[in-house]
Amino acid sequence: MEFLLQLVVNGLAVGSIYALVALGFVVIYKSSGVLNFAQGELLLVGAYAFFGVAHHYHAPLWAALLVALVFSIVLGLLIERLILRPMIGEPVISVIMVTLGLAGILRAVVQGIWGTDTRTFPTSFDTTPFHLGTLPIARGALLSFVIVAILLVLFSLFFRTSRHGIAMRATAFSQQVALSMGISVKRIFALSWSIAAVVSALGGILLGALRGGIDGSLTTLGLKAVPVVILGGLDSIGGAIVGGLVIGLIENLAGGYLDPLLGGGVKEVAPFVVLVVILMIKPYGLFGKVRIERV
Amino acid sequence: MRCGDFRTSYSADMAIFDSTFARVALVVVIAALAALPLVGTIYWLDVANRVGIAVIAAMGLNILTGYTGQISLGNAAFMAVGGYTTAALAARGVPFYLTVPLAGALTALVGMIFAIPSLRLKGLYLAIATLAAHFIVAFVVVHWEKLTGGVAGITVEPPRLGGFAFDSDHRLYYLILGAAIGHLFFAKNLFRTRVGKAFVAIRDHDISAEVMGVEVFRYKVLAFGVSSFYVGIAGSLFAYQARLISPESFPLDVAIDQLAMIIIGGLGTVMGSILGAMFITLLPEVLRLVTGSLGHTFPALVHLFASLKLGVFGLTIVLFLIFEPDGMAARWRRIKAYWKLYPFSY
Repeated sequence: MEFLLQLVVNGLAVGSIYALVALGFVVIYKSSGVLNFAQGELLLVGAYAFFGVAHHYHAPLWAALLVALVFSIVLGLLIERLILRPMIGEPVISVIMVTLGLAGILRAVVQGIWGTDTRTFPTSFDTTPFHLGTLPIARGALLSFVIVAILLVLFSLFFRTSRHGIAMRATAFSQQVALSMGISVKRIFALSWSIAAVVSALGGILLGALRGGIDGSLTTLGLKAVPVVILGGLDSIGGAIVGGLVIGLIENLAGGYLDPLLGGGVKEVAPFVVLVVILMIKPYGLFGKVRIERV
Repeated sequence: MRCGDFRTSYSADMAIFDSTFARVALVVVIAALAALPLVGTIYWLDVANRVGIAVIAAMGLNILTGYTGQISLGNAAFMAVGGYTTAALAARGVPFYLTVPLAGALTALVGMIFAIPSLRLKGLYLAIATLAAHFIVAFVVVHWEKLTGGVAGITVEPPRLGGFAFDSDHRLYYLILGAAIGHLFFAKNLFRTRVGKAFVAIRDHDISAEVMGVEVFRYKVLAFGVSSFYVGIAGSLFAYQARLISPESFPLDVAIDQLAMIIIGGLGTVMGSILGAMFITLLPEVLRLVTGSLGHTFPALVHLFASLKLGVFGLTIVLFLIFEPDGMAARWRRIKAYWKLYPFSY
């Protein structure tokens, strides 16, 4: 029983970070129809920007966080303007490929500056566990879960009430209608890329603090977000959150119970098995907009 | 040299090589390729072998993605299926002239199984389904230790024909060259047939294709099959060339490289598969030469080589997509068109 609860807690903690990264995916897909395979690399760059400022300039953590976030905003704007805007109207495969190329460039820059060794993160969560009844819970897991929950609430408020958030939803609904209502669709695309970069950077920093160190393997989070968004529906923000938590849970439970039977590695493959099953029975996910087209 | 299209019959219009010049050029190129081992060093022959394998794989992916319009990110997994089939069969003493086609056939079967989601999925969703295929095959490869040797990998004996062993890069070169030429000819011919035209119709508009009597699902599965057959052959030859294959021989980057080949080369062209495969395989080699020669003046470059390789790869893809979205094959056609009427091109 305790083992099960432990797995559930860990799964929810990791799942909340998946939800954050998946949110970036969904925001970009919803507004511009681009599936961003460089999401994991945005996470990597954000985490290393934080690390770089805090480690090399000995800046206080809040300053490093601020610099990393501003840097992510600018990076998102630059990527949209320089790389994605010329691709408007190109076939799906070209757009997929351009984000894969972007992923290569970002990874190369990080590798070129900081190398491939694991770097100790300047901050990490208190490792003494916190007791809920008899169940020990890692403080880091709890804290990251709470932080992510707050962020997700803030983002939902942003999409529901703020002018820009509503403009983004209008663009997602129909670009033509949005344009005719005086919304600058280009600005919305740019905004969605900076939001994606920011949430990824936050995810990267949280993950770094949770693990105590960062290296190139952070980019695998970008691929993990793919099953998440497919489960939740590619164009549903609520779906990204639910999907993130569910995939985090499934991954940990499958890892905990099936690893001894199958000899390890189940954790990595379980989300993708789920992915195939969902694609077979409900391709637009739990909350995605269904487009019916029969051939 | 001819200066325009003067065709008077359908058979002339359908010809694979439409002028004597093209036929002569082809013979000259093949002869030059056959003579390469006489002048090349072992290192460059190894590179040439890798180019040949990449050409077959890229052609396979191009049949699926370029001609049929179905995006696949699962090619590394399909290569792994081909490679491991070869290794497992070769270890049981099956001769290579059986292992290679069997590897292709089994990969074709696996590819057709993963094609079943394509009944309901297209575009992005299909790309994601094939991505899942990659991770599932990788998991199976690591865990089916009896057959694959697990993480440690499995060694492959060089192919033998009677007493003759293809045990050096020189000898393997002819095997790979022959396979590449055969597969390219088959692809070139495929798109003059009913099946090939059905593929192109599905790419251009699947609903119209269905209305015109093309059974979309059947031909999509067939396209996956043909494409995976090519990729399986490439994987099989790769196993013979590398001699040792392990799960690390088939990372996701292999699939990304092959997508880059056909996009940079040109989607839906045979020439594009060749040019793209050459370009992407030779890019790191050229980069190695450049950093090697500059290494004395800028020693930092040698340490940065790995990230430089990745960065240049990414940058090339991005720049190609922005400035030459139709790929090198389109540029090649434009160069040919320019010289066709030279010096009176207007």
